[in-house]
Amino acid sequence: MSKIVKTFKEVFKLCGLKNGMTISFHHHMRNGDYVLNNVISQLDECGFRDIKIAPSAVFPIHEPLIEYIKKGVVTSIDTNYMSGSVAEFISLGEMEQPVKFRSHGGRPKAMEDGEIKVDVAFVAAPSSDKMGNINGVLGSSACGSLGYAFSDVEHAKSVVAVTDYLVDYPNPYISIDETKVDYVVPVSKIGDSAKIVSGTTKITRDPVGLTIAKNAASVIEKSGLLKNGFSFQTGAGGASLAAAYYLKKVMLEKNIQGSFGMGGITKYFVDFLNEGFFKTLMDVQCFDLDAVKSIKENPNHIEISASLYANPNSKSCVVDNLDIVILGATEIDTNFNVNVHTDSNGMIIGGSGGHSDTAAGSKLCIIVTPLIRARLPIIVDKVTTISTPGNTIDVLVTERGIAVNPNRKELKNKLIDEGLKVLDIQEMQNIAQKITGKPKRARLSHKIVGEVIYRDGNIIDTIKAVNKR
Amino acid sequence: MKIKNIAIVGSLESNDVMITIEPLENKLEIIIESIVYDQFNEEIKKAVQDVCDELEVKQAKIKVNDRGALECTIKARMEAAIIRGKGEIL
Repeated sequence: MSKIVKTFKEVFKLCGLKNGMTISFHHHMRNGDYVLNNVISQLDECGFRDIKIAPSAVFPIHEPLIEYIKKGVVTSIDTNYMSGSVAEFISLGEMEQPVKFRSHGGRPKAMEDGEIKVDVAFVAAPSSDKMGNINGVLGSSACGSLGYAFSDVEHAKSVVAVTDYLVDYPNPYISIDETKVDYVVPVSKIGDSAKIVSGTTKITRDPVGLTIAKNAASVIEKSGLLKNGFSFQTGAGGASLAAAYYLKKVMLEKNIQGSFGMGGITKYFVDFLNEGFFKTLMDVQCFDLDAVKSIKENPNHIEISASLYANPNSKSCVVDNLDIVILGATEIDTNFNVNVHTDSNGMIIGGSGGHSDTAAGSKLCIIVTPLIRARLPIIVDKVTTISTPGNTIDVLVTERGIAVNPNRKELKNKLIDEGLKVLDIQEMQNIAQKITGKPKRARLSHKIVGEVIYRDGNIIDTIKAVNKR
Repeated sequence: MKIKNIAIVGSLESNDVMITIEPLENKLEIIIESIVYDQFNEEIKKAVQDVCDELEVKQAKIKVNDRGALECTIKARMEAAIIRGKGEIL
């Protein structure tokens, strides 16, 4: 017996795919993903229209989507993150249906609740056998963790594994097993794993960034949470990684070993693990090839599903046991609401990912950002888009000082007692505006192009189209 | 003060501004492009105008390509543009 199907055309027919149906993708190949573009172009060739897509993220490589949206092949997008020219296209109001933006934990919940009903899930499989036993660690397109694909294969009516590395049955490593997979489609290439590394994954050398990182490490050190067995997550931004670097120094000085590091995993976290700073890594996606290698070889580097990571529907999830997370922001307002969806001009440049999930779950959520970016004060009266509600954010760290959420009085007093420079967030806003001048708000149109759906399923904000210039 | 040459100053780095000044008869034309146009276009225009007033430049075409420069940066770049445009230095 074999589940191998030679062409997409055949597999569409076998899955009973029809106009108006929903298909899903996961984004572990990140900006090197070929599968989404490939499937959509095949759908177009077969004459499909009005297809709804639910990719866990959309990257610059997915630019061809624009043509298929214009053509009516794709009419709806449900995703957790979006960058590049598709995001620009959506921001300009060129798509009829607003994009539904969810969080990494909210997406599996939406699938469980039937808010996203996936008809066919396409899984980019770095290796598969003929029956659909899949892993992300073998083959030339190895991407490591397949964390976001687990909910798709659990809930989709049909599951298609797309692979460029067919191995003998049974696959020696099994991440997603054959009980979930209907068909296996071999292709020449599922992606370019060299492009898994997206954006900044190097420690910043910018003195402003380094000052922010030092301040963040001090907050962690003085928060009272830095003790044996603590857990930690940080993004792959330059300042976040630098904070991790300074944190490492403190851990070394004080002889502290953490329990687990989580997130999108980078080389820096792999080093943390290998050098004994943490016992375990919980990995929902690999951000570079060092992480891919480590998850294959190190049994303490564990692949976790998006549900286990952050699904608020589940009986429990790992973010609820997360002590400290460091996150970024394009804007933060004086009520500590954070924007990671749009820039100050209202243009879509990202999405929640796990931002709001980890902010809600963690004991200490630190936002790191410079006070000013290109004349724009990052602290504003009201964020352009609410991605993460202010009541889940504890501390803002900038190069000029630290602001603590007023609902964390105890923490604020502790940090002051420890001698850190704690300011009111309004005070910090004033410092910035003295340098830049007071900005006017960007003019946005009334057309809604996106909905921000919080991890509990409620819409907490909408994204408006930007005006063409 | 007469602008005799085309002069280009500044850069397109973040937080900087690139300004091109060239001769023009009988009027002062200021064209502004900025990544923070919505937030600061009036302030940028005023900074450029102020330097022109101060150095008595009444006839010129000035193109401003702003990458989020602070006011002090814009004014310094403008001053340099005018000095070069007059042919005094460089």
